[in-house]
Amino acid sequence: MSQLLLDVNGLTMRFGGLVAVNKVNLAVKNRQIVSIIGPNGAGKTTVFNCLSGFYIPSEGSVMFNGGEIAGMKDFQISRQGLVRTFQHVRLFSKMTVIENMLVAQHRHLNTSLLAGLFKTGSYKRLEQEAMDRAAYWLKQVDLLEFANREAGNLAYGQQRRLEIARCMVTQPELLLLDEPAAGLNPNETKELDELIIRLRDEHEISVLLIEHDMGLVMGISDHIYVIAQGTPLADGTADEIKNNDDVIKAYLGEE
Amino acid sequence: MQNSKFLSAIFAAGVTFVLACLMLGVKLNTEGTTLQVEGASTEQWTWIGLGIAVVFLSQLFSAQIDAFFSGLPKPQLAKVLPEASVMARLKPWLLAALIVGMLVWPFMVSRGSVDLATLTLIYIMLGLGLNIVVGLAGLLDLGFVAFYAVGAYTYALLSMYFGLSFWICLPLAAALAALFGFILGFPVLRLRGDYLAIVTLGFGEIIRILLNNWTAVTGGPNGISGIAKPTLFGLEFTRRAKEEGAMTFHEFFGISYSSSYKVIFLYLIAVVLVIFVIYLINRLMRMPIGRAWEALREDEIACRSLGLNRTAIKLSAFTIGASTAGFAGSFFAARQGFISPESFIFIESAIILAIVVLGGMGSQIGVILAAIVMTILPELAREFSEYRMLLFGLLMVIMMRWRPEGLVPMKRPHLELKQ
Repeated sequence: MSQLLLDVNGLTMRFGGLVAVNKVNLAVKNRQIVSIIGPNGAGKTTVFNCLSGFYIPSEGSVMFNGGEIAGMKDFQISRQGLVRTFQHVRLFSKMTVIENMLVAQHRHLNTSLLAGLFKTGSYKRLEQEAMDRAAYWLKQVDLLEFANREAGNLAYGQQRRLEIARCMVTQPELLLLDEPAAGLNPNETKELDELIIRLRDEHEISVLLIEHDMGLVMGISDHIYVIAQGTPLADGTADEIKNNDDVIKAYLGEE
Repeated sequence: MQNSKFLSAIFAAGVTFVLACLMLGVKLNTEGTTLQVEGASTEQWTWIGLGIAVVFLSQLFSAQIDAFFSGLPKPQLAKVLPEASVMARLKPWLLAALIVGMLVWPFMVSRGSVDLATLTLIYIMLGLGLNIVVGLAGLLDLGFVAFYAVGAYTYALLSMYFGLSFWICLPLAAALAALFGFILGFPVLRLRGDYLAIVTLGFGEIIRILLNNWTAVTGGPNGISGIAKPTLFGLEFTRRAKEEGAMTFHEFFGISYSSSYKVIFLYLIAVVLVIFVIYLINRLMRMPIGRAWEALREDEIACRSLGLNRTAIKLSAFTIGASTAGFAGSFFAARQGFISPESFIFIESAIILAIVVLGGMGSQIGVILAAIVMTILPELAREFSEYRMLLFGLLMVIMMRWRPEGLVPMKRPHLELKQ
């Protein structure tokens, strides 16, 4: 069996007496789209926060690429290749689109003070490479023509796409998307759907997704986890989840 | 509506009356061992009355006055200045002319003005340094003067105890100030906003009190005097060389001695230092680190999720800002020839911060203009020196009303993607 890209075991997060996430297990393989669904307040975003290092989990292990990342600092985790987006778009709105893309590549650039002051060859080369990479990803999400616009002036759907492009330009192996379709119209959702599949098939990365749009989730997910009140409820393929009694109960209530 | 306007006008007039009475209307005179209250002259009372009337009327008709001012045509800078492409071509020439002008200017004016210009340049350096921390990285630092003091004392002490020259001490002072910035920044930068401001304020005071009380080394409140002046490749600017065999400037060039050479020389050093600092900051703003400061100011959480180490980035801003202050400090010590903890009180920090805010956070031209205004204005209004703080206050109020973003709001150099 191939090694798991992300292997989460018994992840628990407590805030004082409140157990927000209770013994959640997740497994993501290479080139896989995995979704987490669940009613509002189920603790999905808390799971994301634990995985990306914004919270330090109270218990459990998070193995990424065979190494433990629970307890690491957020920026260290994202440097390992696990990058996330946010439920509310978080762009640098006063900066241009291309500058947003360059900030994301900060660690790939030559940040040495002297190199920048004297514009050494390696500084210029890395800067140019970063520009090319940024242009490439802007093209992938159809934003190349807006490269010199202020990010805050983009339409909402474009901001969403820019956020994904900004993550991709850091060259991650696993992308965590927190409700990427929230606030998008059906057309944009369809484009997003295609983009995520392209990320998996052409760019060979894995995507872990939180989403409420069931059409999107059921259509693209290789595997689905259901969480309710912080506790894992079920997991399986789209068809298995659709016919799972517990899941239906959690969403629709008992008769 | 009309009624409330009238009430507020009366209230404003009343406040003016009370304030004016306390500050201008009565005077305390010492008569032997007692104090006597003395009223002001009739002329002064007339002025106070006039002032109150003006405040009353301006409050009452504030709507009309505002309407009048907003009706005035705004000066259209864009129309006066040539087009952007022409400007881009003209810019290097303008800059060159400005630099040449600054280098030639001191030979044509009085010694006093050159001296004042040197002081202004010191404040420009300080303003630019704090601008990195406050304007670019968005960290409110109320103890900036501490790094200025570190720079000044580094030069003074090294020169006094080890006889090191100004030119060796200049980078040393910057490095030591940067080190202090680093040491302070490390524990402090996890704080945000107001908390950071309070801690830096405390740090500023700690440095001053340390200098004041460490009498054995720093001379305490008496300060350090007789600090050596900078030399030009070993040539001194004194009447006679201090050491045997050393040459002075006028002997070397075979001209008669004039004390203004020294003043002009100091001014020229300051010009060079300021140009260096401006160049440095200009480069920084276009470098990855400058972009990271900006990004961190806008959204810290997004930065963390993208793999930016926020502590390192904030620390770099703090350290680079501090080293600029160290530069300014060692130059200040060399110019004054005498320093004491008195020069590094909190008011200095406040003035530097006022320069940054007045100029427009993050804007270099704005900060330079504001530094000029803040140092030259008090000199021009010498007769009003008692009311200096009052004038500052007035200036701030006017700024808030007229240009809340500062004299020249920041315009960031945007990076463009060429297609």
